[in-house]
Amino acid sequence: MTTTHPAVDLDRLRDRARELRRAVLEMIAAAGSGHPGGSLSAADIVAALFFHELRHDPHRPDWPDRDRFILSKGHAAPVLYAALAACGYFDAGLLRTLRRLGSPLQGHPSVRDLPPVEASTGSLGQGLSVGVGEALAGRLDGRDYRVFVMLGDGECDEGQVWEAAMSAAHYGLINLVAIVDANGFQLDGPTDEIMDLGRLEEKWTAFGWDAVTIDGHDMAQVVRALAVPRPDWGASRAAGGAARGAVAGGAMSGAAAEAAGGAARPRAIIARTVKGKGVSFMEGNNEFHGRAPTAEELQRALAELAAGGAAR
Amino acid sequence: MTRPLGLATREAYGLALAELGRERPEIVVLDGDLSKSTMTKYFAKEFPDRFFNMGIAEANMVGVAAGLARCGKVPFVSSFAAFLMCKGFDQMRVSVAYAGLNVKFVGSHGGISIGEDGVSQQSVEDVALARALPGFAVFVPADEHATRAVVRAAADHPGPCYVRVGRPKAPVVYPDGCDFRVGRAIQLRDGGDVTLVANGLMVAAALDAAEALAREGVEARVLDMASVKPLDEDALEAAARETGGIVVAEEHLLAGGLGSAVAMSVARRRPVPMGFVGLDDTYAESGRPEELMAKYGLTAERIAEEARRVLALAR
Ligand SMILES: Cc1ncc(C[n+]2csc(CCOP(=O)(O)OP(=O)(O)O)c2C)c(N)n1
Ligand SMILES: [Mg+2]
Repeated sequence: MTTTHPAVDLDRLRDRARELRRAVLEMIAAAGSGHPGGSLSAADIVAALFFHELRHDPHRPDWPDRDRFILSKGHAAPVLYAALAACGYFDAGLLRTLRRLGSPLQGHPSVRDLPPVEASTGSLGQGLSVGVGEALAGRLDGRDYRVFVMLGDGECDEGQVWEAAMSAAHYGLINLVAIVDANGFQLDGPTDEIMDLGRLEEKWTAFGWDAVTIDGHDMAQVVRALAVPRPDWGASRAAGGAARGAVAGGAMSGAAAEAAGGAARPRAIIARTVKGKGVSFMEGNNEFHGRAPTAEELQRALAELAAGGAAR
Repeated sequence: MTRPLGLATREAYGLALAELGRERPEIVVLDGDLSKSTMTKYFAKEFPDRFFNMGIAEANMVGVAAGLARCGKVPFVSSFAAFLMCKGFDQMRVSVAYAGLNVKFVGSHGGISIGEDGVSQQSVEDVALARALPGFAVFVPADEHATRAVVRAAADHPGPCYVRVGRPKAPVVYPDGCDFRVGRAIQLRDGGDVTLVANGLMVAAALDAAEALAREGVEARVLDMASVKPLDEDALEAAARETGGIVVAEEHLLAGGLGSAVAMSVARRRPVPMGFVGLDDTYAESGRPEELMAKYGLTAERIAEEARRVLALAR
């Protein structure tokens, strides 16, 4: 399925991820508050999306056929803002206004303040539902865009996530991809201790998704997992048509459509990651879930990132 | 005057929605496994491809509607008012109101007149919750004709709306059709002694109260405040100035509902003595609708009593 991207330059994507990490740290340090840990764990996936997998146009943030990316774990807003700036949605100088009065770069993403942001998030648990709505609209309109939603592993405590998961499978949303940034920590500590998620991949599978677990820092694995084919609604509608009559409304259950031919399940990617990835004293140190680095910590972190770049 | 019973406002909603569906392809409808009760079933039957049953999962349903609206659809989202507003509130707040998205919420079985099912199904907080959301418009129509007009106005209104409809058949207040406008009170009766403001089922009760008062020589003005938000502050100011006292009646908790909205406006623009009819910091119980309305004071008699008290204060 990677045929649409014959020549993926993984090293270039790794460099992009490193630039995102640098921007994240500088931005949060300048703001004096924010969430470095979950921004850093997500950086490789966000880089692969924005610089490789997403079909998007910074000059047309409202392009109806754009692929959508929803950051459901909205506290990782800095990594999203860094990616949008690097793509040219706005001037990188704006990143220094993060969390300041009057800035469009709100503490958590706000679609009203910053239109290239796809959904207003920050109350955990909501983004996947919005993604289901966007994916449903794509199906209704016969468009071939895809919707990618990134969630935290702690966020998966929220019941709404599983309501959304159930509905995506029920409506056969093959244009929807959920990515869980499984960094093993939530706010108060390790996810195992706060609220054990159990076997996460099996949960998504049980909810009717095509679930895979990957190393979320291995760029080759990330790129491969994200390469979800564009939907061909004409074909799947024809295939699902017979099965559909039994279900009220516009429902085409994944199982029904699959039986009629075609992989009809939405894709879930459980990305095993390291919280604070890329900075030794932040990795696995949940103190940096929601605290800004000091000026001295920032210098050390940036030096490490620069050195790490050479080592790779 | 006896007012004949018409359709339930939920029934009128369902019919109006199907009618709108024929005119506007961008309208989609979501329901939480209650389409036979909210009456979205009419739309579902006619437009199965634009109807989505989201199961018993209201939070997700609200978020999905936000995503659909973001892609240019105009979603109407229905469930019982209690479940829609309470279980979907955080999603209305962040995914819809904060994002400024054009989603229409219609809660059925509002108030205590749903009857026997009891408190868990009786929505008495929904108007307060919806009013609190920045950018939301809030409408509570009185009868089938008002409902049809309100639903069409909601579809045309650029922004999120909450509409409350009810379970029982509603007395017809607008036999000749209702000219509802967003943000405009409808004056159903003129009078110079006191003003009765109401919405939903309480509009018919207010008209009955005005007739009882007239027999005592008191001329009451009656305003249908189907548009709770935006509120017709000019009509209220005129009522305060010209009648000197205002009574508000609603099938809702006093806290945060129509009465609170009217009181804030009157206090700001032209303070006059006021009275309030509604549920005073209490839930109701199971019972027949008319028994409940009587026991909890949602009656023409209570409105008239409150008007007499206000008149005494105003003198
Ligand atoms: C509904 C809700 N409850 C609580 C919070 C506060 N909060 C912010 S981040 C967080 C932990 C999130 O953990 P996870 O989803 O694993 O994110 P990550 O580890 O990637 O930072 C919490 C509890 C919130 N934002 N939303
Ligand atoms: Mg986590």
